Amino acid sequence: MTVAAAAPATARPSGPTFLHVVRSEWTKLWSLRSTPLALLIATVLGVGLGAAISAATGSHYAHADLQTKLTWDPTSNSLDGLGIAQLAIVILGIVVVSGEYSSGAIRTTLTAVPHRARVLAAKALVYTAVALVLSEILAFVAFLLGQQIISGHAPDATLADPTVLRAVVGAGLYLAALALLGVAVGALLRHSAAAIASVVAILFVLPGIGQALPASWRHPIEKYWPTQAGNQVLQVYHDPNALRPWPGFLLLCLFVAVVLAIAFVLLERRDV
Amino acid sequence: MVGRAMIEARSLTKRYGSTVAVDDLSFSVRPGRVTGFLGPNGAGKTTTMRMILGLDAPTQGSVTIGGRRYRDVRVPMHEVGALLDAKAVHGGRTAYAHLLSLAQSNGIGRRRVEEVLDLVGLQSVARRRVAGFSLGMGQRLGIAAALLGDPAVLMFDEPVNGLDPEGIVWVRNLMRSLASQGRTVFVSSHLMSEMALTADHLVVIGKGRLIADMTVEEVVRSSSQRSVLVRSPEAPRLAQLLRAAQASVVFEDTVTLTVSGLDNPAIGQLAAANGVVLYELTPQHASLEEAFMELTGSSTEFHGSSELAR
Repeated sequence: MTVAAAAPATARPSGPTFLHVVRSEWTKLWSLRSTPLALLIATVLGVGLGAAISAATGSHYAHADLQTKLTWDPTSNSLDGLGIAQLAIVILGIVVVSGEYSSGAIRTTLTAVPHRARVLAAKALVYTAVALVLSEILAFVAFLLGQQIISGHAPDATLADPTVLRAVVGAGLYLAALALLGVAVGALLRHSAAAIASVVAILFVLPGIGQALPASWRHPIEKYWPTQAGNQVLQVYHDPNALRPWPGFLLLCLFVAVVLAIAFVLLERRDV
Repeated sequence: MVGRAMIEARSLTKRYGSTVAVDDLSFSVRPGRVTGFLGPNGAGKTTTMRMILGLDAPTQGSVTIGGRRYRDVRVPMHEVGALLDAKAVHGGRTAYAHLLSLAQSNGIGRRRVEEVLDLVGLQSVARRRVAGFSLGMGQRLGIAAALLGDPAVLMFDEPVNGLDPEGIVWVRNLMRSLASQGRTVFVSSHLMSEMALTADHLVVIGKGRLIADMTVEEVVRSSSQRSVLVRSPEAPRLAQLLRAAQASVVFEDTVTLTVSGLDNPAIGQLAAANGVVLYELTPQHASLEEAFMELTGSSTEFHGSSELAR
């Protein structure tokens, strides 16, 4: 019986360098049905809801009161769908890591690549890059489609305006940062349900609770809450109580970096 | 291959809170033979294998492969191929994608993926999702993954679990053949009978402690439950003589005795000295199974009750 290729057809393997692990994680990402499915949902929600909101607000503009006309923000209307699409993107980021723990595949992964930091770094890089490309496409498509729908009914926005361009580019960056947050929280908590609950709390629940607090408490919380601060990068009109767009986005990035750093440290320390 | 292929555990210890899963375990696994890693369920076999692969950190002690910790090994899949758990695969992936992603992580080419699929007989289901695989197919996939890097050391945790008889023979031959190529083969099992057919050498543990580290024959020979089958037309008189010589005697039928406590020569001499005719004098070796039960009898983690049998 000739077993295990007594004369292996391939040369002596050369890995695992970081590039090898990146290639492996790329294969893993695209070989699960959850990836195209989640990204499709993000696309439908991001572009579809944006178009629907643009259509609804645009057609009501003519009959709207003065207050609505004064705060008319066509950019925001066309990008609103991304606020829901972010859930699909962040949850896929979580599952990319936590799915390995729930299936037990993490033991196979870390046996093949015992340098654990390399595995998490490759996962983070691959998924964040995919999320960044898709999110930028979604932001531009949602914006252009939304303005197309609004134009003729109400004043529309154009990318020639540098503030609008920053908001559209910023929307893609914001979603990519959340994608990385998903990977970090997934690696930290290792259980899909716990990680998803935590991220939903960060994104929606805690800022919501902030609304119930007196203004003196609410303003600093809203200002410095990482996802609220990061959200400023996709706003055209600046709220005086919020951080400026880029400092706000930087704060979100710092928060993500801290969570990711803790995930790296725990990954090295914990048994698998 | 020989020089770097030895697994060496030194005072390996793993505690979970107050539970000691592996207790001061030292042994070495050599190339060129199949070493069975034997113990009852819960004895610490899987924990030990996980420590060898760096998945669990030892509380104390160390384990190296070819003198290096697994983490410091240069191309892990080329040095060690492991089947720890057939379920350690994401069920949503196809067998091919699973193997390809593993191969890519270590710089192994696509051709080798096809080769190992062929080798374990999974090529016809390679594009199917693993979630639909039977336990036996899962084991074959795990073995394919272990063989991907053409490694010098192979570790299999309970590889015949869930395999049909044909699959069991296949795994047995595979392991023997890998060892004959000079590779180190370390296989865990709780089935002594399986190890008797496969292994050359045994590392036996119970409750996390080393019970025996010896060849299969030594395990059988060391068993104290050796007895001798004696047939004689004067069985009752011989039984009296043997009992007087501190042997214990059981009558199998009117002319047949099972004698323990005296060996063949002693029984023969006793019979000759007293003029007893013997028809047969056959040493009865304890089976490997019995030897194993005797070795691990006091160290089984979970004792079944015999109440229900009554």
